[in-house]
Amino acid sequence: MSPNTRALLYLVAAISFIVGLKRLSSPRTARSGNTIAAVGMLLAVVVTLVNADVSWGIIAAGIATGTVIGAVAAIRVKMTAMPQMVAIFNGFGGIASALVAGAEFIRAGGQIPKAETMLTIILSVVIGAVTFTGSLIAYAKLQGILRGAPITFPGQRLANLVLAFGLIGIGIWAQATQDALPFWTGAALALLLGLSLVIPIGGADMPVVIALLNSFSGLAAASTGFVINNSALIIGGALVGASGIFLTKLMCDAMNRPVSNVLFGAFGTEGASAPVTTGEVRRTTADDVAIALAYASQVVVVPGYGLAVAQAQHALRELASGLERRGVNVAYGIHPVAGRMPGHMNVLLAEADVPYEQLLDLDATNSLLRRTDVVLVVGANDVVNPSARDDPGSPIYGMPIAEVDRATTVVVIKRSLSPGFAGIDNPLFYQDRTLMLFADAKKALTELDGALASV
Amino acid sequence: MLDPVVIGIITFVLAAFVGFEVISKVPPTLHTPLMSGSNAISGITIVGALIATGSGSDTLATVLAFAAVATATINVVGGFLVTDRMLGMFRRPRRTEEKPGP
Repeated sequence: MSPNTRALLYLVAAISFIVGLKRLSSPRTARSGNTIAAVGMLLAVVVTLVNADVSWGIIAAGIATGTVIGAVAAIRVKMTAMPQMVAIFNGFGGIASALVAGAEFIRAGGQIPKAETMLTIILSVVIGAVTFTGSLIAYAKLQGILRGAPITFPGQRLANLVLAFGLIGIGIWAQATQDALPFWTGAALALLLGLSLVIPIGGADMPVVIALLNSFSGLAAASTGFVINNSALIIGGALVGASGIFLTKLMCDAMNRPVSNVLFGAFGTEGASAPVTTGEVRRTTADDVAIALAYASQVVVVPGYGLAVAQAQHALRELASGLERRGVNVAYGIHPVAGRMPGHMNVLLAEADVPYEQLLDLDATNSLLRRTDVVLVVGANDVVNPSARDDPGSPIYGMPIAEVDRATTVVVIKRSLSPGFAGIDNPLFYQDRTLMLFADAKKALTELDGALASV
Repeated sequence: MLDPVVIGIITFVLAAFVGFEVISKVPPTLHTPLMSGSNAISGITIVGALIATGSGSDTLATVLAFAAVATATINVVGGFLVTDRMLGMFRRPRRTEEKPGP
């Protein structure tokens, strides 16, 4: 195969990635898009195997190992565990790129003719290594192996700064001499930097971190593309890099915090303040809520991660089906940070058979809430906190929220009045049109479903 | 004749713009599959890993190449499979509505 034919076939693979991502613009076409991208990937692999002087034994062993691990993980993972799965996969992508660059460095044996090639090798190793260890920490925090709270020590930022500048210095040294010592020292420092960058970030901010590391894994692949001069890697890596940056920005906007604050702010270390709002809350019962729901014409459910923690998605779906049979319109208002990663809550509800057309984004939710009779807040707290809109003194002031207080009646299903993840009191619970149903989400929803039958 | 690095930079920048255009049209509902799917795409580094297996007799290089093939394959196979599994859950609403209850 001529180099030109080969390059054009790699371009076909790259185009399949673009087409695949483009088809993600609708749930109807998304699945076929994913298949198209996978076929493109297969094409890239076949073209490489046909042309390169490769070692078949190593490839067979590597692919067999990777396929078994990847397939078992993909088939067995629970949807609630998707964030840590994506986190660890980001890490594998990053380390693969770093390893390729490392092997390339050894192969060249200090005889790399061009300065820019050496530079891209160093970049690949550094970005890939940071992605790898950073992702491992993100995985450990999400999986509960490490505690989710920010792990900090005095002088942490200074240590990171020293590490980063040390890395740059060693990179310049490696660039100039092509020596093994600065090269591998740099790789080790990069691994260390990934650890120390993610360690201080709290569990609640992991969605941002995963999105950013997603971007890094793409950039690592792109820089490896520069090393081996392959356009499929450069294009594929650039697409993923752009996607990760886009999602990072989206998550930061949804929390109204600049990305620098998420990465270096160690949010939540100031200590959660005790609730300051006082007032009467109006308690309610499942029977009363069932009546209100049964006679509503529009019901909106605003779920939070507490719903998934209580494994109550199916109970919620049952209740919604019962309401729909009575002619009640049901929609779900999904805040971007309702889950543990972008779009996570949507996947959890889709798994429980909720039709995707009922899953509304924040803008659509807020316009629907104006003409909503009953809004059901399940396991959500900060994302429905009106002080984000009304109280300039609130730590979450400016964060976009689901404005549930626009609805005629608000029902909050919650275990107790305890503040949410950010430790901020929620005035919503004390408002006149808010009814509190104190119970475990799953139990409450099952009871509501039962009560509905006798209305 | 342009330097390959320059061609690479041009390709990268244009692809990044295409990426932003395409991804900004993905609805929030599909952001998790977007992440796992793009994760699989970043496994394209498998091409580099396959080439690296041919890098000669150096033991360390061989070990690195094997590890690169294995991790990149996890990314590709796991990423595409789990994305497919998730996207299979997104269903259209059932049009055959049951009769309103009593």
